[in-house]
Amino acid sequence: MTVGADWYLGLAAVVFALGLLGVLVRRQTLVMIMCVELMLNAANLTFATFARSLTDIGGQVLVFFVLVVASAEAVVGLGIAITIFRHKADVNADSLDRMKG
Amino acid sequence: MTHLAATASTIHLPHVNYVSILPILIMMGGALLLLLLSSLLRRIISTGVCTAITVMTSAAAAVAAIVQWDQVLANGAQTTIAGAVAYDGFSVLIQLLVPLALGLTALVADGYLKREGVVGGEFQVLAMASASGAMVMGAANDLIVVFLGLEILSIALYVLAAFNHRRAESGEAALKYFVLGSVSSAIFLYGIALMYGATGSTNLAKMAEFLARRAVLSNGLLLAAMALLLVGFAFKVSAVPFHMWSPDVYQGSPSPVSGFMASVAKAGAFAALLRVFVSSLATQRLGWQPVIWVLAALSLLVGAIVALNQQDVKRMLAYSSINHAGFILLGVDAADARGISSALYYLVTYTIMVIGTFAVVTVIAGRQDRATGLLEFRGLARRQPVLALALAILLLGQAGAPFTTGFLAKFNVIEAVVLTHGYTLAVIAMVSAAVAAFFYLRVALTMFSPVGEFGDGPDDDVPLDPAALVGAATPGAASGVTTVPPRAWSAAMPGIDELADAPPSEVVEARGKVPVPPATWVVIGFCALFTVVFGIYPAPLVDFAQHATLLFI
Repeated sequence: MTVGADWYLGLAAVVFALGLLGVLVRRQTLVMIMCVELMLNAANLTFATFARSLTDIGGQVLVFFVLVVASAEAVVGLGIAITIFRHKADVNADSLDRMKG
Repeated sequence: MTHLAATASTIHLPHVNYVSILPILIMMGGALLLLLLSSLLRRIISTGVCTAITVMTSAAAAVAAIVQWDQVLANGAQTTIAGAVAYDGFSVLIQLLVPLALGLTALVADGYLKREGVVGGEFQVLAMASASGAMVMGAANDLIVVFLGLEILSIALYVLAAFNHRRAESGEAALKYFVLGSVSSAIFLYGIALMYGATGSTNLAKMAEFLARRAVLSNGLLLAAMALLLVGFAFKVSAVPFHMWSPDVYQGSPSPVSGFMASVAKAGAFAALLRVFVSSLATQRLGWQPVIWVLAALSLLVGAIVALNQQDVKRMLAYSSINHAGFILLGVDAADARGISSALYYLVTYTIMVIGTFAVVTVIAGRQDRATGLLEFRGLARRQPVLALALAILLLGQAGAPFTTGFLAKFNVIEAVVLTHGYTLAVIAMVSAAVAAFFYLRVALTMFSPVGEFGDGPDDDVPLDPAALVGAATPGAASGVTTVPPRAWSAAMPGIDELADAPPSEVVEARGKVPVPPATWVVIGFCALFTVVFGIYPAPLVDFAQHATLLFI
C-alpha cells in the first residue's frame, strides 16, 4: 500500500498548525521553543514531500539547511531562557511584564 | 542508486564570482577573525581594539561594494553562483548601506560598552555576523538564501538584544524577540516550502519564469505561499498588525542595538521583500498588492497615532519606526522602478537618521539605559545645546521637514504611489506624516523648554494611583520590598520609578550634563550633517538610488 503525497502534505499542515497554536496558547518558554521546532519540521516534511513528487534533489538539500538553522536557533533560545531564569527563577511568558504601553 | 552514483561522478560545481560576494565575505571574515582573536589571546581584548577592527571591517566591505558598483555600472546586472546571488545595483546599495550602518553602530556601542563595563569582543562579533546576514538578504536571489540571510541576521540579533545581562528588561526583550522572531521565521519557511511546491523551485528567476509561462491566478498553494511569505516579512519589518514585538524589544534592548535593529534588520528585510515580490512575483501582483496596501495603511496610522501616547522615548521611536515601515511599504505598493528607487532612498536616509537618534538616546539614557523617559530630555537645550540641536535635526528629518533628507524621502514615496493611482494610500500617508510631526516636535519642544515650565509632562494624562505613588516614593521600593506590583508602579508615574530606583547621586547626574564620548560625537555629527547636507543638496543621493535598480527577471 502506498501513501499519497497529499497525506504527507496534510500531516505537515496539521503539525505546523499545532506548532503555531502551541506557541500562541502555551506560556512556558521551553514548550514554546519546542512548538517552533514543530513548525520548522513541518516545513521540512513539506520540502521533502515536494522534492519527492517533483523528483528534484534540491528540496531535500534544503532540509539540511533548515536542520542546521533550527539547531542554532534552539541553542540561542535556551541561552536566553537561562539568562532570564537567573533574574527571576521563572521563565513563564506571563511573568515577563516589565514593559507595557 | 546507480543513477545517483552516475550524477555524483559528473557533479560540476557552479562558477563562483567572488567579487559579487566580496563584501559579505569580508564582513563574515571580520567577525570570525575577531572571534578567533578574542579566544586565542590570553588577555581580554580592549573594547577600543574591537571597535577599531569592526570599523575597519566595515570600511573594507564598503570599499569592496564601491568596486562592485563600478563593475555593475560597466557590465550590467547579472546573477552569479548558479543563480543564487543577484549582482545588481540594488544588491550593491545594500552592501554599501549595511557596512555604513554597522560602522556607525560600532562607534556608538564603543561608548556604551565602556560605560556599562562590558569587556570582550562578543558584541562586535555578533554585530558583524548580523550585518553579514542583512547583506546576504540584499543579494539573495533564491528563497532559501533569503531564509539563511534572515536567520544569520536574526539569531545574532536575539543575543545582542539580551546583551545587557544585568538589566532584566534586556533578557525579557530578547526572549520576546526570540519567540516572535522564530515563529515568523518558521512561517516564512513554510511559505518557502509551499512556494517550492507551487512553482517547482526556490530560485527567484526560475519561479518568475514558471509563473510567466502559465497563468495561475487562482492556485491556492501559490496564494497561501505568498500570504505566509508576506507574514514573515511583515514581522521582520514590523508592519502592523505584526508589530507587537517591536516596542518592547526596542525599549528593552541596549540602545545601540535598538538603533541597529531599526536600521540594519529593516534594511535587510525590505531588500528581500522588494526583490521577492516586486521582481520575482511581479506577475502575481493582483494577489499580493491589496495585502501590501492594508499593511502600509495600518502601519502608517497605528504607528503615528500610538506613538503620540508614549512617555518612553525608545518606545516612541519604535512606533515611529513602524510608521516609517509604512512609508517604505508605499514604495513596495507602487511596485515599479520609481517605487523601488524611492523605497531605497527612504531606507538610506532613514537608516542614517535612526542610528543618529539612537546614538543621542544612548548617551542621554545613562548607565543601565535607565533614563529614557521623555522627562529626561527636559531642558537639554540649555545644558547641552549642540546635542539638543543634533537631536532636533534628526527628529525633524524623521518628521519630514523641508531641508532635511526626510522631506524628499517622504515626497518620493508618496509621488510613486500617486503615479500608480494609489490616491487613498497617498492621503493616508500625508495625514500620518502630519500626525507623526506632532510627536517628533513634542520631544524637540521638551528639549528646548526650561525645566519646570513646560506643562506637557507625562503626569498630566496618566491617572495617578496613590498606592503606587507611595510605593514608588518609599526607599524600600528600590530594593523590591513592596507590595505594589511593578506594572501598576510604572503605569502610575512613568519616569518617577526610574528616579526612585537610582541612588541620589545618579539622579543629579542624569539631570546634569551627560558625558558624550568622542566616537559618539562623530556619529551624531555625521548623521545630523548627512541629514541636512543631502536635504539641501539631494541630487547625488537621488541619483545613487535611481541607479541602484533591481534586476528585473
